[in-house]
Amino acid sequence: MNVVPSGGVERLSGWGRTSPVWCSVSDVAGAEGVRSVVSAVGARGVVARGVGRSYGDAAQNSGGDVVRLTGDGIALDPESGVVRVDAGVTLDALLRVVVPKGWFVPVTPGTRFVTVGGAIAADVHGKNHHRDGSFGGSVRSMDVVLASGEQVTVSPSSDADLFWATVGGMGLTGVIVAASVQLIPVTSSRMLVSTRRFDGLDALMASMVERDAAFRYSVAWVDATVSGRRLGRGVVTWGEHASPTDLSGRAASDPLGYAPSQRIGVPGVVGSVGVVRRWNAAAFSEAWFRNAPVRRDGEVQSIPAFFHPLDGVANWNRVYGRRGFVQYQFVVPDESADTVRAVLERVVASRPADFLNVLKRFGPAGEGMLSFPMPGWTLTLDLPVVDGLNPLLHELDDLVLGAGGRVYLAKDAQTTPSMIAASYPRLNEWRTVRDRVDPNRVFHSDLARRLEL
Amino acid sequence: MRTATGDTQTIVLFGGTSEIGLAIVTALITPTTRHIVLAGRNLDACTGAAAALNTPKGCHTHVVEWDATAPHAHQDCVNTIVDLIGDLDVVIMAAGVLGTQEHFDAHPADAGDAVIANMAGPIATLTAVAQQMRAQQHGHLVVLSSVAGIRVRAANHVYGATKAGLDAYAQGLADHLAATDVHVTIVRPGFVHGRMTAGRPTAPFATTPDNVAADTVKAIHKQQRIVHSPGILRWVFLALRHLPVALWRRIPG
Repeated sequence: MNVVPSGGVERLSGWGRTSPVWCSVSDVAGAEGVRSVVSAVGARGVVARGVGRSYGDAAQNSGGDVVRLTGDGIALDPESGVVRVDAGVTLDALLRVVVPKGWFVPVTPGTRFVTVGGAIAADVHGKNHHRDGSFGGSVRSMDVVLASGEQVTVSPSSDADLFWATVGGMGLTGVIVAASVQLIPVTSSRMLVSTRRFDGLDALMASMVERDAAFRYSVAWVDATVSGRRLGRGVVTWGEHASPTDLSGRAASDPLGYAPSQRIGVPGVVGSVGVVRRWNAAAFSEAWFRNAPVRRDGEVQSIPAFFHPLDGVANWNRVYGRRGFVQYQFVVPDESADTVRAVLERVVASRPADFLNVLKRFGPAGEGMLSFPMPGWTLTLDLPVVDGLNPLLHELDDLVLGAGGRVYLAKDAQTTPSMIAASYPRLNEWRTVRDRVDPNRVFHSDLARRLEL
Repeated sequence: MRTATGDTQTIVLFGGTSEIGLAIVTALITPTTRHIVLAGRNLDACTGAAAALNTPKGCHTHVVEWDATAPHAHQDCVNTIVDLIGDLDVVIMAAGVLGTQEHFDAHPADAGDAVIANMAGPIATLTAVAQQMRAQQHGHLVVLSSVAGIRVRAANHVYGATKAGLDAYAQGLADHLAATDVHVTIVRPGFVHGRMTAGRPTAPFATTPDNVAADTVKAIHKQQRIVHSPGILRWVFLALRHLPVALWRRIPG
């Protein structure tokens, strides 16, 4: 194995394509490579990066080092469903190996193009959060290279503090190089989907409260281009893993067959001007809403169609143009459900060119000290960067903070240190652990600098 | 750090009581602003100016001693500021003395001091700041030049020469940093009504600190290298620069 890091100076940004910066990038396969970068690190520090799908500035380090993990090891124990996997392996690569053997990842975000290391560092959640919690809850142990260069294996039973500071710790406690993850058993690669369409936000939210308990997966798309009585109209989809008896035709003959493909891509030229405008975002929203069934049950969908619809389009982030976009995601507790409406009203009034908005109910919080989820409602809005966006986002922050909620570090590129300090009650506990393992701040990112983590 | 919308967290003003400098700071403040540093010789005046700023919640203001005429202390001063606030996002160099030619003619040593205050000191500080920003790989330097430096007038040629020198330095610095994400904006105001020009005859196209600040902030967002304020002066001085000497000398003022 080649342990000498390769790479050079690269301009990196998050998936939102805002704030690109120059970093010194090293592609490393595993712990040896990470150690050699860490031992020679400069004053600006180093942070790990996977495939760059965090939206903001979490996996970039202006003027400093970035290690990009390229290891591809996947070892599945077919009896227990525990997979030992290199941190740089994407969920896409993992699913291709484990689904045909009857296993599925415990949690998948809206894209399968995230690495296992990134999924742990951001403690990602998916459509099953209300039932299964976030990704970190399924991690049995992980190998972490610390600032000292020492490699440690941590689990919830050995150094629980370091484990739960690293889950959701945004890469700032060390570099995760491998992990053991408990998968969930499935008997087919298909989903059984139930869909309901609602003309307004209240009915939509009520249906999620009522029906979520009956389904493992649940998510809603809401329209942010209409106001008044139709505010927050949208489409809820619930799903379960299908069993072979649910399938017919070709699918029935190969229930675990799994072959996702990426058919189209957005060309680079689109990335300079962008194609999303207010009028076509509204037209898209209208069409998306009209096209959804008012009520449909028992529909069979593939894993990509149900979990990762946007992954079918390569580089979809280019549609917002050169200035990029902010994916604003917040959570508020159940008792502040009204805040979802208040935020939506405020956003709709600003008439953004915004068509992708996702509403989801979270279940109980995990144990990650900086993990985002808490019981309640999370709303995600894709907002293209335009003049006037900054004050709007600060207004939304105030609404969210006032409601006892918070924003998601893996998406953030805009909030303030005060907002984070006020809304992550375990921040100081996390800092204590970070100071223990990394007193000199070897691990640093633009996110850490901006939010004074 | 810069945020997704290009707003900045830290603002440093050298020449912490400069009216134009403070107007630029004021125009740059957003809810994102986290630290503002006013660096100057008169700490009481800087403290007063800091207190008068309308800052968002969570924003800290700091006053740091900085004497334009003591360049040997400037590297330490820049280090102090970095220790205080972290990365430097926007740094504004607004220190300067105007003086009168009659005074300089009578006190040649003061002409030398004006060169130190307007050029030697700012260049020492800007060089130290540029090195810090180069290490950060981001940042924006704003250098207050003057149209007086485009073609130096007889009526105040010491002042004009200092601004010409600073302007030339800043252009070279911008080229030096061209391959990085560190940007330089050179601001060339015309006659600006204010403390510095009080009691002096007004020149054509006179402007105010607030207007200069508005033009400057626009130029920062566009990452524009040179901005004249008001913009018309770009064309006026393009013409004046090419006037034959015999004509140029006859221009009054």
